[in-house]
Amino acid sequence: MKRRVVITGVGAVTPLGVGAEPLLRRWAAGEVGIQEGEGAARDFVAKEHLSIKEARRNDRFAQMAMVASDEALAQAGWNGEKPYAPERIGCVLATGIGGLESLEGQHDNLRDKGDKAVSPLSVPLFMVNAGTAALSMRHDLRGPTFQVGSACASGGHAIGTAMRMIQMGDADAIVTGGAEATLTPLARASFAAASALSPTGISRPFDARRDGFVMGEGAGVIVLEDAEKAEARGATILGELKGYATTSDAYHITATLPEGTYASRAMDLALADAGLTPAEIDYVNAHGTSTELNDAAETTAIKLTFGDAAGQVPVSSLKSSIGHLLGAAGAVEAIATLLAINERIVPPTLGLQEPDPALDLDYVPGAARELTPRNGTPKALSNSFGFGGHNVVLCLEGTTA
Amino acid sequence: MATATPEAVESRIVEALASFGPDIEQVTRTATFEELDIDSLDLVELAQIVEDEWGVELKGDDMKGLKTVGDAIDLVVARAA
Repeated sequence: MKRRVVITGVGAVTPLGVGAEPLLRRWAAGEVGIQEGEGAARDFVAKEHLSIKEARRNDRFAQMAMVASDEALAQAGWNGEKPYAPERIGCVLATGIGGLESLEGQHDNLRDKGDKAVSPLSVPLFMVNAGTAALSMRHDLRGPTFQVGSACASGGHAIGTAMRMIQMGDADAIVTGGAEATLTPLARASFAAASALSPTGISRPFDARRDGFVMGEGAGVIVLEDAEKAEARGATILGELKGYATTSDAYHITATLPEGTYASRAMDLALADAGLTPAEIDYVNAHGTSTELNDAAETTAIKLTFGDAAGQVPVSSLKSSIGHLLGAAGAVEAIATLLAINERIVPPTLGLQEPDPALDLDYVPGAARELTPRNGTPKALSNSFGFGGHNVVLCLEGTTA
Repeated sequence: MATATPEAVESRIVEALASFGPDIEQVTRTATFEELDIDSLDLVELAQIVEDEWGVELKGDDMKGLKTVGDAIDLVVARAA
């Protein structure tokens, strides 16, 4: 019998504000955090939350992870003494790219002023594991700690890996999630060169006019705990991470396999891992990037998994409100999904006004709806797919009341 | 390059160290780097600033002996002379 894994705290920094609460509230209200073609976390000012030393020693992606983690740990009731020995608490964070802003800045120093002008803090700023390292030191987490990278699937992989580690007894609790801050000239040019970015700067997943993703930044952090231990300590349980699965397209470095075979297989396996059938799923939080290929392939994949009933499950994309948070996307989306089903809300796909005749699922266009769980507790899937053909699906179960 | 008067060096070093984190009032001549939570990475950055300002090159071995803010100021003033 696998150990059950529950969620006891969440925290977020996103284009909709600092905190997990504004993320769902503003998305459900139809608000868009994208301005001038990018989803910047405009409300996040590091020095409002961190000391000078903390701010200058961490790239923006790690800074956002720190602030999101403070929120998540506070919600989990970990403010004072931790409920477990530090050795039994791990940290698994995701990032797609790492501290790119710092890397670009130091490269400018190198090119313009020579190697003596490169900061001794360069590597600690831009290394991909900087976020995990920052949280480990900040919260005294001394169990397994490492960063995972699978491009835009990273957030899902971090959470799924953390879940498995608790199930296997490697840790009693893990602080997990993802962070990304790459609104930089190099990232813009690179994604644009790959024809991945929307030239119009509009994120409208599943719309006939969709023309690419809109880059965003942010962080999402989740506290996962062994269910028995969390219950024993009287923790408030926000939900259960019921299932996780990951597969690979082995097809193309940037393009999704159009047939959706392995994205669907990941959904099938996540459902099996959760011990659930597609008919028990109330909501699918799509990867839904607003690229022509992803949204078509993901639609096909959902149809493969849900069969004839695919049209009955609501599917929507948070990226319609905040853009694509790359390595943080899966984490922020899992948080929004959990909060939505707990609030009995099906959040909308914003900007979907011209349906694509080839895409015929229920994408929840326009406005949020009420969610009535099909079978007791609300249950949802959250999909994440990344450059490289990585597919991850998480299955989340919300609370009863 | 600026003239490395003791006053100018002290002022610039105190300003630089304060920008690394500690409150500027804490950064006195007698304050130790340990008390100020200034570590080896910060000292390398301080050495870069010193070299930019006064052309004084401080190597790792020079920095290792430094315990207090005053040590750093005196070393830079002596080297720049």
